[in-house]
Amino acid sequence: MPEEIKAHITGVVFQIPTKKGDKVGAGDPVIVLESMKMEIPVEAPRAGVVREIKVQEGQTVQEGDTVAVLD
Amino acid sequence: MNTVLVANRGEIARRVFRACRRLGLRTVAVYSEADKDALHVRDADRAVLLGPAPARESYLDVERLLDAARRSGADAVHPGYGFLSESWRFAEACARAGLTFIGPPAEAVRAMGDKTEARRLMAAAGVPTVPGSPGPIADAAEAVAVAAKVGFPLVLKAAGGGGGIGMARVDRAADLATAFATATRRAQSAFANPAVYVERYLERPRHVEVQVFADAHGSVVHLHERECSIQRRHQKLIEESPAPNLAAAIKDGLTEAAVAGARAIGYVNAGTMEFLVDAAGGFYFLEMNTRIQVEHPVTEEVTGLDLVVEQLRVAAGERLSWRQQAIQRGAAIEVRVYAEDPDKNFLPSPGTIARLEVPAGDRLRVESGVESGSVVTVHYDPLLFKLIAGGADRDEALARLRAALETTVVEGVRTTVPFLRKVLDHPDVRRGVLHTQMVDQGAFR
Repeated sequence: MPEEIKAHITGVVFQIPTKKGDKVGAGDPVIVLESMKMEIPVEAPRAGVVREIKVQEGQTVQEGDTVAVLD
Repeated sequence: MNTVLVANRGEIARRVFRACRRLGLRTVAVYSEADKDALHVRDADRAVLLGPAPARESYLDVERLLDAARRSGADAVHPGYGFLSESWRFAEACARAGLTFIGPPAEAVRAMGDKTEARRLMAAAGVPTVPGSPGPIADAAEAVAVAAKVGFPLVLKAAGGGGGIGMARVDRAADLATAFATATRRAQSAFANPAVYVERYLERPRHVEVQVFADAHGSVVHLHERECSIQRRHQKLIEESPAPNLAAAIKDGLTEAAVAGARAIGYVNAGTMEFLVDAAGGFYFLEMNTRIQVEHPVTEEVTGLDLVVEQLRVAAGERLSWRQQAIQRGAAIEVRVYAEDPDKNFLPSPGTIARLEVPAGDRLRVESGVESGSVVTVHYDPLLFKLIAGGADRDEALARLRAALETTVVEGVRTTVPFLRKVLDHPDVRRGVLHTQMVDQGAFR
């Protein structure tokens, strides 16, 4: 079942340490947001393969926006 | 010196403008597109747009700042704290552009910005430093060799960094190689400098710092200490002076070391020497902040002196207007109100401040960069305002601050206010028994 990974906070995409097809474990950072000088990882809720990254570096995302999809 | 440009925003920009007005100096604000309606912009005689919201295209862009100074006729620049305040390149660029940099010489900023160089210079001046590597370590093997002397637990720190960013605690030799690789990578990404060094990890130390002030004519004084142990993620939440339950002999040791250290590096203007104090009363130099600090009002409240006015005077070449003096009347304590959610591990909470009510009163001071309707963006530091209470003694200052927090209302964004109330009610805080790991260890949950 694909699962959408949502931003838990409003911020700017600072880094994308993963790409489509990468295997990730539960708790691994899929993207890193920057908000108010803090780097805040958005973590994979479970192990899986990254199906899609929906954001680009520098993009502003709102709390609740889907940032990636996990297979 | 006639016109001062403040290369900053929020409450500190407003604080500097106030000092400028006291001296009859003209003021220039700079701002990003996100800050066009900000209070600090309205406060100044003139305001210059720097660029888009991201700090690197506005408040961190040296060329745009110098251009703003030229266009507005400013002849001096105050950097505030954060942003470019500890960039020796910015201090040097200001000097080259013929602008008075209201702060220390670029060389002092550079030397203290390199944390291993700072340790070396302070040790040479007789200031105690935390046992550790004399400089950056080359590889994991050297870390192992240093660890054999220093002992575990130890901490790996970024030589080019500060503020606790990239610090990693290591408990066992087996973890050193991985920790070294991680710390190097983090240091490179955060500070563009992969160098890391080793220090002994101190269990539950206090953070006590000394405010120093020097002029260009050889005078160096201290303005007593501030206790800043209540921190989250190595960022201060509460500061006070005097430091509670600090033996007079330790305090004297700290202030003497701070003055000696500042003198040794030819320091000029306001600076802060930060120390860790362990349970046995040993103290160790941590770092020097070569700028005005967020918590400077605490010192102003207990000394009755205006540190920012003095910064302007000293930058203009005047002699310090103070002799080393014992003036310290009563006590003062400050809390920082951040747009952060204490229930979610202090995650940032951007938004619009729907309602803001901050109490006013005798010996109660508010330094704020926001008002009802202000927009708190993701682009900058989350500090909204500071509340500072003074009193005849610590209990009186604490009671005044606690009452002020009770009637403080911030709606629209989450803030540290409810957490700060809990902290001030905690029996250990009321007794003045503090250490830097209290928040992280869950003392206030």
